Amino acid sequence: MKKNKFINDLLFFYIPLILLIAFAIFPYLWTFLTSIKPERELYTSVLRYLPAEPTLENYVTLFSKSNFFKNMWNSLLVAGVTSIISLFVSVLAAYAFARFNFKGKTFFLGSFLLINMFPPVLLLTPLFTIMRKLGLLYTPFSLMIAYSTFTIPFSVWLLTGYIRDLPVSLEEAAMVDGCSRLEAFIRITLPLTIPGIVATGIYIFITAWNEFIFALMFTNEATRTLPVALQTFIGQFEIQWGLLTAGGVVTTIPVVVLFMLIQKKLVEGLTAGAVKG
Amino acid sequence: MQKHWSKLIPYILVAPAFILMLLVVGYPILNSIYMSFLDYTLFKPKDIKFVGLANYLKVLSDPIFRESLLNTVLWVVFGVFFQFLFGLILALLLNRKFKGRGIVRSVILIPWVTPGVLIGLMWRWMYDGNYGVINDILSKLHIIDNFIPWLSSSDTSMASVIITIIWQGIPFFAIMLLAGLQAIPQELYESAYVDGAGSWHTFWHITLPMLKPTILISTLLRIIWVANSVDVIYIMTGGGPGYSTHTLSVYTYIKAQKALDFGYSATLAIYLTVMLASVAFVYFKNLNLKEVR
Repeated sequence: MKKNKFINDLLFFYIPLILLIAFAIFPYLWTFLTSIKPERELYTSVLRYLPAEPTLENYVTLFSKSNFFKNMWNSLLVAGVTSIISLFVSVLAAYAFARFNFKGKTFFLGSFLLINMFPPVLLLTPLFTIMRKLGLLYTPFSLMIAYSTFTIPFSVWLLTGYIRDLPVSLEEAAMVDGCSRLEAFIRITLPLTIPGIVATGIYIFITAWNEFIFALMFTNEATRTLPVALQTFIGQFEIQWGLLTAGGVVTTIPVVVLFMLIQKKLVEGLTAGAVKG
Repeated sequence: MQKHWSKLIPYILVAPAFILMLLVVGYPILNSIYMSFLDYTLFKPKDIKFVGLANYLKVLSDPIFRESLLNTVLWVVFGVFFQFLFGLILALLLNRKFKGRGIVRSVILIPWVTPGVLIGLMWRWMYDGNYGVINDILSKLHIIDNFIPWLSSSDTSMASVIITIIWQGIPFFAIMLLAGLQAIPQELYESAYVDGAGSWHTFWHITLPMLKPTILISTLLRIIWVANSVDVIYIMTGGGPGYSTHTLSVYTYIKAQKALDFGYSATLAIYLTVMLASVAFVYFKNLNLKEVR
């Protein structure tokens, strides 16, 4: 009986779990291994899985021979400013949705969600034309404006949940003590919402950091962000896979680290809607 | 006076977000509809003219559009179905307590935050016809005899990019469904056991029905997301070889980004939007909204 259970567990639990985890992780592992192989080990007739002589030469070339530092700075600037703008307007809206009952509340909430469903390619050509007319094309501002707006719906959704979970009584007590509504918000609610604000901010940052299709059209050589820079390597170097995978590793590590910090909160926010409705 | 003022507060708070949405999303949507009636190519700014429904008619007789439409159906149906299937299996596995579950749960989500460009690059390298690891593994397992140029042959290109999008979407489903599983009251299972129900029986009669709202919402979100996705295909194949991996989104993007044919691109985008809206509509009509709540 006991042995039976063990075989059962092995077949229906451990083996499928390990296979799925291996499938999820393998591409990253392979990318990393490629990035630390010297070029002569990449293009061999018999594939080597582990590098014989691991090296950082791809990373050195990446930073010394391309504009990767500049691209990184551009990404950081765009994602950072986007997070600030989007957070600012989202916190205000979320506070209204969480704490007030007002005419048209459902309309506003609904339109926020609906607008999120439109295909990004629908916005591409008009936004390009608008940005050009405003003289913002090929400046970081075009991406900051676009990303700030695209991230509003999910940010408002997350933040409304956090604020709603805070007890109203604290604010009310402060207002009884003579605080104005604004003071109560700034001194009581805002500090308590900080964990939620940080999680939402990181979500916005990751989205802006990763975005590619708008960035490809809205930037030029001087303002290129990391995903676009990676893509341009394809043509520029006849696909040097060592360099490309190194670039990929450098681009992804910050995002993964940030994500690990907020993983739990983000998942709670994401699933709350689908489960509770 | 004080009272009137305080009634305005929520509107003032919502205004900045709402105005940004109107300017950066709302207005461009209308602008897109307008552009779809124009013959508007970016590098011929003097030749912009109103052409009525000409773009819409041109789409209907466009063979690339037909191929893209078929590819979109394959991409969405196979992509989302297998994401769901493997996501469900993973969620069921993760619903059990075991050592290291927390770590597995966070690691498994990484594809969800990986830039689409990197996903495309990683898989393009693994699929490489000469030095790719996938060919190497498959030939060592004696599944294939000769190396296959997965992405540069139109017989295998579409299937290959679909496998990549399946890989990308499994974590999303797994996490959504896991949350759904954990919300099912444990008593239901206990009373079923008392009644002598087996694990298949409880799965079909308790787990799946209880999971239905989560399944419906997450598949709809995923269908929309997958149909709209451009970057993975764009990086892996650029829509090729030929038009074999053109989906509607990719076709729309290439028309705008490479051909700079803004009028036609806008028209294609509107076709895509209408199709997605119809899918969403059918979904909501067949799905009792009360059930979801």
